[in-house]
Amino acid sequence: MATHTITVTVNGTAHEANVDSRLLLVHLLRDVLRLTGTHIGCDTTHCGACTVLLDGEPVKSCTVLAVQADGSQIMTVEGLERNGTLHPVQEGFWQEHGLQCGYCTPGMMMTSYALLQRVPRPTEQEIRQAISGNLCRCTGYLNIVKAIQYAAAKQAEGGAS
Amino acid sequence: MTAPRTTADIGGMGHSMKRKEDPRFIRGQGRYVDDIVLPGMVYLDIVRSPFAHAKITSIDTEAALKIPGVLAVITGKTLEQYNLHWMPTLMSDTQMVLPTEKVMYQAQEVAAVIATDRYAAADGVEAVQVDYDPLPVVVDPFKALEPGAPVLRTDKKDKKDNHIFHWEVGDREGTDKALKGSDVVVKQDIYIPRIHVASIETCGCVADFDRAMGKLTVYMTTQAPHAIRTVFALVAGHVGLSEERIRIVSPDIGGGFGGKVPVYPGYVIAVAASVVLGKPVKWIEDRMENLQADSFARDYHISVELGAKKDGTMTGLRIKTLADHGYTDAAANPSKFPAGLFSICTGSYDVKHAFAEVDAAYTNKPPGGIAYRCSFRVTEAVHTIERITDMLAQELKMDPAQLRLKNFIPPEKFPYKSALGWEYDSGNYPAALKKAMDIVGYDALRKEQAEKRKKGELMGIGISSFTEIVGAGPSKQFDILGLKMFDSCEIRVHPTGKAIARFGTKSQGQGHETTYAQIVAEELGIPAAHVQVEEGDTDTAPYGLGTYASRSTPVAGAAGAMAARKIRDKAKKLAAHLLEVSENDLEWEPGKFFVKGAPQKAKTIQEIAFAAYTNHPQGMEAGLEAVSYYDPPNLTFPFGSYICVVDIDRGTGEVKIRRFVAVDDCGNIINPMIVDGQIHGGLTMGIAPALYEEISYDENGNVQGGSFMDYLVPTAVETPRWETDKTVTPSPHHPLGAKGVGESATVGAPPAVANAVVDALAHLGVRHIDIPITPEKVWNILSEKGAAEP
Repeated sequence: MATHTITVTVNGTAHEANVDSRLLLVHLLRDVLRLTGTHIGCDTTHCGACTVLLDGEPVKSCTVLAVQADGSQIMTVEGLERNGTLHPVQEGFWQEHGLQCGYCTPGMMMTSYALLQRVPRPTEQEIRQAISGNLCRCTGYLNIVKAIQYAAAKQAEGGAS
Repeated sequence: MTAPRTTADIGGMGHSMKRKEDPRFIRGQGRYVDDIVLPGMVYLDIVRSPFAHAKITSIDTEAALKIPGVLAVITGKTLEQYNLHWMPTLMSDTQMVLPTEKVMYQAQEVAAVIATDRYAAADGVEAVQVDYDPLPVVVDPFKALEPGAPVLRTDKKDKKDNHIFHWEVGDREGTDKALKGSDVVVKQDIYIPRIHVASIETCGCVADFDRAMGKLTVYMTTQAPHAIRTVFALVAGHVGLSEERIRIVSPDIGGGFGGKVPVYPGYVIAVAASVVLGKPVKWIEDRMENLQADSFARDYHISVELGAKKDGTMTGLRIKTLADHGYTDAAANPSKFPAGLFSICTGSYDVKHAFAEVDAAYTNKPPGGIAYRCSFRVTEAVHTIERITDMLAQELKMDPAQLRLKNFIPPEKFPYKSALGWEYDSGNYPAALKKAMDIVGYDALRKEQAEKRKKGELMGIGISSFTEIVGAGPSKQFDILGLKMFDSCEIRVHPTGKAIARFGTKSQGQGHETTYAQIVAEELGIPAAHVQVEEGDTDTAPYGLGTYASRSTPVAGAAGAMAARKIRDKAKKLAAHLLEVSENDLEWEPGKFFVKGAPQKAKTIQEIAFAAYTNHPQGMEAGLEAVSYYDPPNLTFPFGSYICVVDIDRGTGEVKIRRFVAVDDCGNIINPMIVDGQIHGGLTMGIAPALYEEISYDENGNVQGGSFMDYLVPTAVETPRWETDKTVTPSPHHPLGAKGVGESATVGAPPAVANAVVDALAHLGVRHIDIPITPEKVWNILSEKGAAEP
């Protein structure tokens, strides 16, 4: 099997890795770089537990090859907190009880982060559409919607971006 | 709702305290089983059967073993050497770990490949050559019981048919008589299809056998770690695994819902592989394996008859059910209850005569019979009674709310002995229904519906007034493999007044680290922030039966209160010693003992804790700790009334939930925020089988809906904005008056949705639709009735 040397910048830190052609991005993150906050929930790009940002866009890292991410900026859940301060999205999920088992949470938060980058004050419908590629089995979504609304309000007040 | 007894700083019952477990989850620092990496760890992947029923003629592992990184291939023959190729199920049936002769369902485990990484293991799986000789497939449980049907369990020497068990409860003759004497009898066949919990984390484990110490540690996705340890010791005792050298660790669990109660073959194979290889072995299912091979829920074919007088008074209920259990009865039920708690099927109604019977059949499908977020077949029971109650209303042309109000067990009749033998501990059903009707604006909705019908628009209002039965359970009736269904808590108060509390349960997202800390705070006045809760490690936690069937709060939560009260009793003795007064002169308020009439003379729980280690009286043992193994005197009976409003698209048959009002009564509430969250989630897992989810099989036993491409878990778009409220009827026997809430909404919601859809179509002559009510089903009905929009 061919191997490739790739460079990825994850949460601001550059990593060089020698990877098989077929290695999935999610396995690069979890097994090689040991950033286990990104989870795996299905194999068909439906559940969104593995959502990370690839050059700012949310992608499902279970269906991206690591080699496709060569030269890219990647952001994972571990990159949300800055200098010991929680990101408003993290704060919102905690404050509004937007998580229960916590398994879908990292992917859900990354999708939320990307949404708020694009649409700072989304409507409830926009939020529901945006997270419709992220499945949650515990919360019934209502408190996730509230968590994202909390984060949007917090950011509008001039919190972290 | 009454005000909390403790201040927010203490954070006892009634405070919506933010969850203590969340700081790690929101940082991606949870520790789920697939996050665990041990030195020298290898990976296991499983070869699965493409056939639903076939003889295995050969398994060729040679090519697989040549693949770089592949270390071993384990087959049924390998396990047979250790007599580990079969294992017992919780229902005293037997299940293959790996087959030696034939496979019994599509996706059954056939062999396991162990390799140095997960990609090599997958390559190995591809390279294992298995030859099969297909056998006749039995998919339909009715056909399975016909004379001449192929006998599936050829491993059971004397088995001549596919019948598993017959179970019945109630007064058959009295019910027959009651139905004969009824003015009206409504009858319906109802199928509640196979569904799957589909927790977002699949199942898996890391099995680590330490050869030097002879100790096996298994990190595994289990809701019942202690019982699993005992099962492992009983099943594998003959190969040298002894219970004191087995440690089960249930790490953070990404959702359970009953699907992580059973012992799946993958766990056992991983353990065997670790013992054989002397290395830690990781096995993690993918989603398709999870949906296709793990325990299913439901699959009940129900025939129900409900009798009534002309005025709507219910007179008798008769239910006959055929349960499809797949190829083995691997239900996760209490041992004496082969059909779980299905006998709660008289529901919220004062039905004097009832009889229920369940027969179960083997078919070529995966085994199971787990709960999907319910207390052992309660959802099936509730769907049956709530659906047939609506059909009775339709037959009598009565309003379904009025019919329910007429037949509810009146509040003054509690404790109430049901016709099928349960003693309902408490309830106030009219209050919950009336509250739900007020919130939703029931009368106005009925008017709107009448107007819409004139215009040809389809709108429906569905009610479900459910009663649950949870908190298994009293030891005189409830055991699993003989293990009584108590649960436990051990609390140790440290010298500085902080505490650690360990429980025999295991949270899978329910928030035990917070709610249990709040129980300890309520009882001892130690701030919940200062109470560390631990569960899931059998080396440290007290023995308990685990978390499922809404039993954590009713059983382990009660144990927490009882252990705390034992500590408070000792604290009182210490306080009397410190204050130099008699114990009788002391009064308690959360956090301190004070002298009656002299409240300034007081000792805080923190001062008392310090004294327990530094200044305890002569003759008293040092320390401040206690353990409780709580055997509940009865089950608890949470209830509620749900009202669902739907609009139906005549062009597509799509059902849109416009509103969903849920009024729940789970007794006294520990953390209102968490209770609401549980209800939101439960409601979503309630509309899921009502509208979307089903795992079905074609005539050859090929699974349909075995991935998230076909198995439709609701997203945020389909899920409505839940409207929740409460009534509070405390449990009279639970030490905290609590009842459990995790499953109420999953149990109560499906018939509310189904009743709403049927209500929307009732004027077209529709009486019943089986769930899931897909757009296709609705559109076909509309077309047949000439009501579809072209």
